[in-house]
Amino acid sequence: MKLDSKVPEGRLEDKWRNYQFKSHLINPANKKKLNVIVVGSGLSGAGAAATLAELGYDVQCFCYQDSARRAHSVAAQGGINAAKNYQHDGDSVWRMFYDTLKGGDFRSREANTYRLAELSAPLIDHFTQQGVPFAREYGGVLVNRSFGGVQVQRTFYARGQTGQQLVVAAYSQLYKMIKAKKVEMLPRHEVLDIVIIDGKAKGVIARELSTGKIKRFVADAIVLATGGYSRVFRLSTLAIGCNGSAIWKAHKRGAYFAAPSFTQIHPTALPQTSESQSKLTLMSESLRNDGRIWVPKKKGDDRPAKDIPEDERDYYLERKYPSFGNLAPRDISSRAAKERIDAGHGVGQLKNAVYLDFKHAIERFGRETIEDRYGNLFTMYRKITGIDAYKEPMKISPAAHFSMGGLWVDYELMTTIPGLYAIGECNYSDHGANRLGANSLLQTSIDGYFILPNTINNYLEGELKAKRPEIDHQEFSKVEAEVKDQIQSLLDINGSRTVDDFHRELGKVMWQECAMSRNKKGLEKAITQIKSIKEDFWKDVKVTGSSDEMNTELEKALRLADFIELAILMCTDALQRDESCGAHFREEYQSEEGEAVRNDEDYAYVSAWEYNAGEFKLHKEELKFEFVKPTVRSYK
Amino acid sequence: MKVTFKIWRQDSPDSKGELKTYETDGLTEDMSFLEALDHLNEKLVLKNEKVVAFEYDCREGICGQCGVFINGRAHGPHDHMTTCQLHMRSFKDGDTITVEPWQAGAFPIVKDLVVDRTAFDRIVEQGAYITAKTGTAPEANSIPVPKEVSDAAMDMAACIGCGACVATCKNASAALFTSAKINHLNKLPQGKAEQHTRLLDMTKQMEVEGFGSCTFTAACEVECPAEISISSIAEMNARYVKAKIFG
Repeated sequence: MKLDSKVPEGRLEDKWRNYQFKSHLINPANKKKLNVIVVGSGLSGAGAAATLAELGYDVQCFCYQDSARRAHSVAAQGGINAAKNYQHDGDSVWRMFYDTLKGGDFRSREANTYRLAELSAPLIDHFTQQGVPFAREYGGVLVNRSFGGVQVQRTFYARGQTGQQLVVAAYSQLYKMIKAKKVEMLPRHEVLDIVIIDGKAKGVIARELSTGKIKRFVADAIVLATGGYSRVFRLSTLAIGCNGSAIWKAHKRGAYFAAPSFTQIHPTALPQTSESQSKLTLMSESLRNDGRIWVPKKKGDDRPAKDIPEDERDYYLERKYPSFGNLAPRDISSRAAKERIDAGHGVGQLKNAVYLDFKHAIERFGRETIEDRYGNLFTMYRKITGIDAYKEPMKISPAAHFSMGGLWVDYELMTTIPGLYAIGECNYSDHGANRLGANSLLQTSIDGYFILPNTINNYLEGELKAKRPEIDHQEFSKVEAEVKDQIQSLLDINGSRTVDDFHRELGKVMWQECAMSRNKKGLEKAITQIKSIKEDFWKDVKVTGSSDEMNTELEKALRLADFIELAILMCTDALQRDESCGAHFREEYQSEEGEAVRNDEDYAYVSAWEYNAGEFKLHKEELKFEFVKPTVRSYK
Repeated sequence: MKVTFKIWRQDSPDSKGELKTYETDGLTEDMSFLEALDHLNEKLVLKNEKVVAFEYDCREGICGQCGVFINGRAHGPHDHMTTCQLHMRSFKDGDTITVEPWQAGAFPIVKDLVVDRTAFDRIVEQGAYITAKTGTAPEANSIPVPKEVSDAAMDMAACIGCGACVATCKNASAALFTSAKINHLNKLPQGKAEQHTRLLDMTKQMEVEGFGSCTFTAACEVECPAEISISSIAEMNARYVKAKIFG
């Protein structure tokens, strides 16, 4: 199948307008005849479900949590970008587009990335209208701060809880439409497979987590808004329940998976302290506005931070990247930290961390100002570590965070399966090989609120005449039987190792070979290792309890089974791409200073993988840069 | 580190529950409380027993999904902290730790430590929003909001919806949760148009769901991870009077 990105004609500035002008519309009376399933209730899911319902569609929205408000968009801390140019510092839609394209190391579609920047300003208007208490100046106007990889101030925020505030706004808007009886909310339901009938996505099979009941749902279109899959590393900044199951099942049913290995490793998470740890807590990138990152110049220096004099500290980001300093983009900051830690300069109990120091900022602005800006982050740090970061520097470490990769989608956010859409973090669209800070809340919201509700009609218009399949269609029976079989086989193994034990093993391999730094030999080894983990898992995992009750162990096992397969694809993708770009750093392709060396001649394409009975076939979407000339990405 | 967990086990909403004792060793002070429960669950699996069902998701104090009674206190021994932020260094080697689910009529037990808090969602459904469709927003800076108003709204909006306020209240009142939501929106100029209906509809739903009345014991504010003060409830009551007169 040839990949058609469906990018509209015209100048960059006109494309989205041209698209909307040409797309099919559906009259309000007909919209209510159409049913859309939205899987996930984070910013993209809740935003899409609420907006589609406002437009008149009949919507069903699923989440695995007990309430839509828990979705992991809630944990984004620092902010959301928009090209408002409120700071009068030379920002514009074009500059934001360029920053994002360059930040992604020229591995995303120009038209998508431009649209992201173009729709950013109205999104801030939208959330303000919905009651999001963004930070304000005394005069009542909105405040901005900086994030990594840019030199303007375009980030809007609500203390260190921006994601929470946006999710609550989206959840509230969703509940407004639930009250209007236009949305049926299905919390504690996990979608385990997609039903394709005559080549089109027509339904899902879900498990009600509180009872274990397997249920069928039919629809005219399906929207996956299931978030990122970095839990494949086990230790990540993600919520424990975050998973890749729905997109993986969609992939196995025909949706191409794009750039699966592009994973952002966040530079400022709390370091791992023990084997039994279940997650790594993120500390917002916004802290790098005022915090300075350093390690001792002397290897293995065991003195407490306060006893290390200024001239014996290496502010390595300021040294290596003077024009961006502590606000160098995430991929670069993480690699720089890894390089220092590997060279023996790491600090903390396990020597796996670097310092993030607010001493100078507190001296300069006073404790009160710092408290106003980051108070809740300092409190969170104290609760988790027991340390007062106003008095001594924080210790931070890189952690698996965001999935740039995801299901391949065209300009309309439709996957390669007609009628199946992927929005938010679970698609591959705007960020290329590295995402800029505060662009995540932006992309996920824009997909859900602004783009999908304006593209789905183009497909649904054709479905008006088609007859919706019956719930007892043989394809539903077939897929349901497969889901039930998988559950039963997991319960029947009755082996000797726990799900978490396998997950730890998988995580170690992935962190070692497919994270910040990759090489051919390591990736080949990883693929062999993961295949053997898969074999062992299906022979030796032990899941207690039954299928017809709430069974959290079974939920974990089902998610891990999919993660293991996804991990193989991630390594396959990383191995195939013989270049370094953004977060994808192949050791074989680096400059003398250790910077990524991109290869536009051979790799200026999006890798889109097709699943075929356990094998993966590569398709390429060539990236044409008509408006911007890709340059060497430098932050020096 | 070794502790004795006494954990509420209940198979389903209708079955009878009981406290069961689990001696658990191999714990470390660095472990979070939930990681200690994970650890216990792995041991249970290897002993061919069913795992303890408990709630969690983000494990960094913001999603609001976790929440259990630990030695008689919502979210454990510290003030203003979620269960996931609690670490084993808060306990001593050899301690006995009793773990129970939230107890409130409006939060029925689903299984073991898991309760159903959808009553909160239904309160939100009655008006915790601004009725405006996507695509209809005016320019964000066209309506100035003074910093102190915006900050005060943010203090209220910080609620994570965990339910500790209800669980710890002797009347199982949802006043802190409901008031925070109402005050957040009613303080902002964007929320003014619907301020009275929002307040009346949401407070009515509190009663419909079977939450108790607030008698100002202030137990809730001690546990609230978002540090929402009971002055929020007083503010809601004042607004209630206003809504009854002008609404």
